[in-house]
Amino acid sequence: MLYHLDSYFKSYTSSSPLVTFRVAFGLLIFISIIRFWYNGWIESLYLEPNFHFSYFGFSWVKPLGTWTYVIFLICMVSSFFMILGYKYRLASVALFLSFTYIELMDKTTYLNHYYLVSLLSFMLIFLPAATNNSIDAIKNKKIKQVPIWTIDSIKIMLCIVYFYAGFAKINSDWLIEAQPLKIWLQGNYDIPIIGNLLQKNITHHLMSWGGMLYDCLIPFFLLIKRTRWIAFFLVVFFHILTKILFPAIGMFPYIMIISCIVFFDHKLHDNLVLKCGKLINRSKHFAKYGANLNETENQKQSPIALFIILTCLIFQFLLPLRYKLYPGELFWTEQGYRFSWRVMLVEKKGYASFRIVDEQNDTSFYVNNMDYLTPFQEKQMSFQPDFILEFAHYLGDIYRDRGMKEVAIYVDAFATLNGRKSERLIDPNVNLYKIKPSLLHKKWINPYSREIFKL
Amino acid sequence: MKKIFAIILISFLLSCSTDSESESNNLLLEESFDRQAMLVNLTENIIVPSLTILDSKLSDLRNKLDVFTSDTSLASLLSLRTSFVDAYKSWQYVEMFNIGKAEEIYYAQKMNVYPSNVDRIDSNTYKSDLDLDAGRNEFSAQGFPAVDFLLYGIAESDSEIISKFTEENGRYLSYLNTVIDKMISNTTLVLNDWMDNKTEFVNSFDNNAASSLNMLVNDYVYYYEKGLRTNKFGIPAGRWALKRSQNVEAFYAKTLSKTLATEALKACRNFFTGTGLVSNQIQGDSFKTYLEFLEESNEISNEILNSFDNSQAKMELLQDNFYHIVENDNIKLLEVFQKLQEGVILLKTDMISIMDISVDYMDADGD
Repeated sequence: MLYHLDSYFKSYTSSSPLVTFRVAFGLLIFISIIRFWYNGWIESLYLEPNFHFSYFGFSWVKPLGTWTYVIFLICMVSSFFMILGYKYRLASVALFLSFTYIELMDKTTYLNHYYLVSLLSFMLIFLPAATNNSIDAIKNKKIKQVPIWTIDSIKIMLCIVYFYAGFAKINSDWLIEAQPLKIWLQGNYDIPIIGNLLQKNITHHLMSWGGMLYDCLIPFFLLIKRTRWIAFFLVVFFHILTKILFPAIGMFPYIMIISCIVFFDHKLHDNLVLKCGKLINRSKHFAKYGANLNETENQKQSPIALFIILTCLIFQFLLPLRYKLYPGELFWTEQGYRFSWRVMLVEKKGYASFRIVDEQNDTSFYVNNMDYLTPFQEKQMSFQPDFILEFAHYLGDIYRDRGMKEVAIYVDAFATLNGRKSERLIDPNVNLYKIKPSLLHKKWINPYSREIFKL
Repeated sequence: MKKIFAIILISFLLSCSTDSESESNNLLLEESFDRQAMLVNLTENIIVPSLTILDSKLSDLRNKLDVFTSDTSLASLLSLRTSFVDAYKSWQYVEMFNIGKAEEIYYAQKMNVYPSNVDRIDSNTYKSDLDLDAGRNEFSAQGFPAVDFLLYGIAESDSEIISKFTEENGRYLSYLNTVIDKMISNTTLVLNDWMDNKTEFVNSFDNNAASSLNMLVNDYVYYYEKGLRTNKFGIPAGRWALKRSQNVEAFYAKTLSKTLATEALKACRNFFTGTGLVSNQIQGDSFKTYLEFLEESNEISNEILNSFDNSQAKMELLQDNFYHIVENDNIKLLEVFQKLQEGVILLKTDMISIMDISVDYMDADGD
């Protein structure tokens, strides 16, 4: 066993899968940033709001006014450098830091696939994705072979994503009630031809079960050579379907489709790289880029890189399981909900009305959330307890600074979950201003009356 | 091993294809909920008739004003007031439709921003180049709250009010004429807009931020929360700051606030149930039947109906004069607020969630 492991970590292969991944990944980020910029989201999400919701421990990461554009620019330029394989190490570090900084600025915009991009860009720092077919490699005399584990690490990361996405769907709401798909599919009545079909109970159930089976099984089909092509066809079919049904999921389908190409045999990648290389060679700008060198040598192993990637993968395997440490209904409290590939799992809408109490002279009044938050922020805040707490503190600070001596903040918060009748979300008798934000169990969340069975 | 995979794969493919091929023929033809029919009912049976009724009540008000102008007697003042109350009541069925022309010309703001700005009204009566469309500042110098002030508030007693109208070249009387003419012309604009565009309106039943259905749901919920709950109860009762007794609706008529609030609640209930307000009260498809279709039970729609009933029951306990309530027994008003608040939660979370209507108009990505 140990011998096998040892020989696995010492075996080498063509770097082409990493090369295609590097180029495709860089290209996707490059396009995503342009799209983000073009849609005016830098302004509407990061510059216009007066207040930003922060991840625990990252409240120091905030938009930097006009300098925010520079962060996006760094992200764009470094993704471009990544495509070219120019100053790869620097570019990949810059890409990881800038993209992650953008994501940490405001958790209102949290999306699983943004998190995935952050993770993959982190891994790419330590993977030899630019040892060949890059500007950095122009001077190389021989083609370098890379350790097989460097390619497998990306596959494992993608498998973790799919596996946990499927794992999370094994719950009674998804499989028995077909929620939240029922709500969302019915809302898609305006899609031509299939709109009427999406109103049917049987469609909701078939799609729920199909989605769960797809997520759970697709990693295996992709890993096994015999089923790889059909699996990839399913990947394309599935993600295009989700894009049609839920246009708001943005770049997610493309990221998954493009990433899954990495599962293919290196021969396919060799071919791809060779053809693209020839194309580029004709322009004479990148001499030797993808050149047909016959001699190969092994890329030097980096134990540190191996250690970091292994640690990262183990951490990614454990992190989604942390919800087990919290009591209460996961979908209700959302404790341990994020960073776990729970994609499209709940339909929630909330209503939160904050009461400012001046305890010194026992007067109180309610505030208008819209005076402080954008509609998007208010929507996200109103059903997520950690957002509610953060906003309560923000309000408390405002009134303390205005001279109120003993500020207390209470909230009347209600939320609906997967189509069930709304319930009170937060204990109305708890002064939220006195609660310190932490990762510990939030006792001030009102327990949910129903139980949703899940693994 | 191979066989197991093949079986799983085939069953998965089947599960994917059954909904798009084999069963599609009969399923596609089968009727599901007709959202367009709902829009047609809401438009033809509620929105347009409500505007038509308001329009005729305003013409009646105009006629009564003509009578009063030629005969400034107490009797004609009283009949003018009766006509005003009728028109104000019928306005409660219209305010929630802040769509199209209404939104464009700030119809609701020009008809019913209260409290009225008495100083501005007073200075306006002297203006020869008065333009009530001049900007936001004119909102509170026109519409029903302005008429309320002119008919009930320019002097203490009825006889003093009548003499006020005849004094100083009848500046108050001519201002009253201007305001009522403006209300009529605005209403005509909005009504004509509906007549011209209702076909287009009922054809826009897609699910996106700009579709009729989404706008209607959002406007309805917004009105229930802001127009009914906040303006009529929350602000006077001091829910957001100190209480403001002068902010009650129809402050000068004094005994009208409850009537108007009751009508507004009834309007919300009728719209939800798709009940027309003309005498035969036809019921057609509405948010209620749509919800019942979507949730396959009547739980949420019943909860919403209950909440209307609860609010109404609490409202019935109030005395007519909200100003008095705020001054002496404010808790009563807050109790109604609380009941209305329960309705807001049901509409804003449960109903919107099940209908899959977007509330934020933000086109950012989601997952």
